[in-house]
Amino acid sequence: MSTIEERVKKIIIEQLGVKEEEVKPEASFENDLGADSLDTVELVMALEEEFETEIPDEEAEKIKTVQAAIDYVTNHAND
Amino acid sequence: MTATMQGQVALVTGASRGIGKAIAEQLAAQGVKVIGTATSESGAAAISAYLGEHGEGRQLDVTSADSVAEVLKAIDENYGQLDILVNNAGITKDNLLMRLKDEDWDAVLDTNLKSVYRLSKAVLRGMMKRRHGRIINIASVVGTTGNPGQTNYCAAKAGLLGFSKALAQEVAGRGITVNSVAPGFIDTDMTKALTEEQKQAIFANIPAARLGQPEEIAAAVVFLASPGAAYITGETIHVNGGLAMV
Repeated sequence: MSTIEERVKKIIIEQLGVKEEEVKPEASFENDLGADSLDTVELVMALEEEFETEIPDEEAEKIKTVQAAIDYVTNHAND
Repeated sequence: MTATMQGQVALVTGASRGIGKAIAEQLAAQGVKVIGTATSESGAAAISAYLGEHGEGRQLDVTSADSVAEVLKAIDENYGQLDILVNNAGITKDNLLMRLKDEDWDAVLDTNLKSVYRLSKAVLRGMMKRRHGRIINIASVVGTTGNPGQTNYCAAKAGLLGFSKALAQEVAGRGITVNSVAPGFIDTDMTKALTEEQKQAIFANIPAARLGQPEEIAAAVVFLASPGAAYITGETIHVNGGLAMV
């Protein structure tokens, strides 16, 4: 089984079309990984599906970095 | 071009009669599975009857988020996808502004404009994931030209055009187009409700010197829904016999 961190990173790589080595914990989706606002919406959608959870809009807006995504899923995921 | 719309799925609101019915029928003729909606159960049954094996009618209140969610869930379960959304449902509650009631303003804005926000938002997730979608909003020539006695309707239809252009820019990169078709005066129950005075004033200004037919609106909608229109977005096609050239 992959860890949550591995699964989150895999989704980020797929959604944003970035290289694995770019996906550092502190990397910002918009500033470092070239995502626009709609990309981050799609990223959250993908996270919701992977982890079978619903991320409220006000929480989704706070998920701006790789670490923030990992933290959110770690604290809220059903599995 | 060999690409067809065969097997695609469309949702057409307000499809029991008039323009919506013509749109549903013409999409069905292209091999599209059509879910047509009506506010009443009898309207939904009438849609099922004319669509036959090409789709079905469903009861939908476009002013209710719950009703919208229910219909979209049913489409997802029974068809698995939605390629085309045609926001056609609309009402009029005409009066001079001086005599217009708050509830008539609210009803027209809610049914004709907020419903489009509601439905478009609800279908976008699926369209974004599949990198394909067509949202087509039925506006009106009066949204551009204005018409006395219709401040509410004109405001809603003008709002629709701005909405379409903004959303078109948001989702163009995801293979989704958002366009409007603005009918002029079409031979439907809605225009039958116009007063004789209104009609005479309008006919005098239509170069084609006749009312349009619902099928003539549907043809523009089918074009915008087709693969050939993939590069057209944020556009408004006016179908009005020359009444307004904008």
